[in-house]
Amino acid sequence: MTDSALQIMELYVFVLAAVVGYHIIHRVPPLLHTPLMSATNAVSAISVVGAILIAGGGYAAVATVLGTVAMAAAMTNVVGGFLITERMLRMFHAKKPVAGGAK
Amino acid sequence: MSHSVLNTLIGLTYFVASLLFIFGLRSLGSPRTARRGMHMAELGMVLAIVGTLLNHEVISFTWIVVGGAIGTVLGIIIAVWTPMTAMPQRTALSHAFGALAASLVGIAHFYEKGASMNTIELVALGFEVMFGSLTVTGSLMAFGKLQEWLPGRPVTYKGQNVFNVGLFFTIAGLAIYVIIDPTAATAFYVMVGLATLFGVLLVLPIGAADMPVVIALLNSYAGLAASATGFALGNNILIIAGALDGASGLILSIIMSKAMNRSITNVLFGAFGKAPESTAKSAATLTYRSATPDEAASILDTAERVVVVPGYGMAVSQAQHAVKKLTELLERKGTDVRFAIHPVAGRMPGHMNVLLAEAGVDYDKLFDMDQINDDFERTDVAIIIGANDVVNPAARSDPGSPIFGMPILNADKARSVMVLKRSMSPGFAGIDNELFYKPNTMMVFGDAAKTVDALVTELKELTPAAARSA
Repeated sequence: MTDSALQIMELYVFVLAAVVGYHIIHRVPPLLHTPLMSATNAVSAISVVGAILIAGGGYAAVATVLGTVAMAAAMTNVVGGFLITERMLRMFHAKKPVAGGAK
Repeated sequence: MSHSVLNTLIGLTYFVASLLFIFGLRSLGSPRTARRGMHMAELGMVLAIVGTLLNHEVISFTWIVVGGAIGTVLGIIIAVWTPMTAMPQRTALSHAFGALAASLVGIAHFYEKGASMNTIELVALGFEVMFGSLTVTGSLMAFGKLQEWLPGRPVTYKGQNVFNVGLFFTIAGLAIYVIIDPTAATAFYVMVGLATLFGVLLVLPIGAADMPVVIALLNSYAGLAASATGFALGNNILIIAGALDGASGLILSIIMSKAMNRSITNVLFGAFGKAPESTAKSAATLTYRSATPDEAASILDTAERVVVVPGYGMAVSQAQHAVKKLTELLERKGTDVRFAIHPVAGRMPGHMNVLLAEAGVDYDKLFDMDQINDDFERTDVAIIIGANDVVNPAARSDPGSPIFGMPILNADKARSVMVLKRSMSPGFAGIDNELFYKPNTMMVFGDAAKTVDALVTELKELTPAAARSA
């Protein structure tokens, strides 16, 4: 495929993913909007992929430094985002059998 | 393994990871499936990272490991130590981190390969760095306002919007210049600098109470920056994950704006909460009824149906645990207790739900505005805890009010209303709340957590011992 044909394909991917995203997110109840934000935040830390390619690409010092900082920032969100989402979701429970038996 | 086989393998890990992200987020449709879904998304992230590490372009792991280790430690610290009340700040900060990663990748990418990029790649890179940079500083500003390191009131000056629009077009102009002439490195770095400044100026005039919309919008920008990174690198998983995040942020900001009956443009440029322009009757001519906790408790004692309306004040005073105790006590007496959550209660979407879940309130007692609004007429007592504008009847009845048309919780329709509040001072919009002056309303002044604790104590004294031990 030519370069421009590939980039048109990327546009398809973007638009389809946005449409899928729109429908998925609309199903999320307001109850879970805060975990939703931290979850999507963790998912969009996928920039870590770009950071890996820059930090490990054997580029000049400037690029490597930028890549390393990007790596740290992205990993903060990957780890922090998923952990905090988990922490929040663990708190949501329906009627418990024993009152006050908080886990 | 040959490069082409390896590349196919990497492509497959990205494909599976994309599916896991999509199905993972989909499972957030219910609290029962949410955790399982997050495990899928986590697996997707691991796959994507491992796949990338296999890429033949990765020739040295030293700095990947260094950066990754720093990020992991930071992430754990933030995740473990952030109190639930500080979740809005944490979210703002994480948008700054995400956008920082995207824009640094973009800058490094331009530094190494800018001159040899084709036009489409340069357009993507321009978006990536522009959205990324302004989201970094914009999110840090939001963080500062939420953390109260910066004044929460809107900061405005003459010609602000004109200046901002001018700045935006300068940034866009520079980006176009770089796209036409990719060797113009200076123009590129000036653009980065100006976009960074733009982020500060964009959030400066927005009040802390409008942060739900702003955070959601920055969420969307951070996602778009990640997506643009994908276009610049020719990487589909970045495009997909970024698009999911972008869509999510956009939907949330639209929901939040609607819940305030305002457009996103108005939130961004309206400097709401700056100048009270209310036509409401002067407070001096009206009287309100102040009540002590034991008076309030005696009314609660006979109530059969109670609805609690929490607001940002509950978060400020950390009253959610006391509220849980009160709920338990009332329920043991056979009282029906439910919670009415306005979409913009608190400082971020879903803020109140998380706090109440933290205190151990079952989520099946938390109701959205649309679910519960018709039930207020059949409610004996509505307890307003640190909420103000979201229960202001002026939004229904006073066309001159700045919040007129905003959907509100009909707490005023309850037989009696208890307002737990520190003082008679108006809410963030600077508008007097006529609910406070209604004959069926009693004001219980004081710190919300202490007041609720006092209610619990008084109520226990009123309750016969038999019921207490049940």
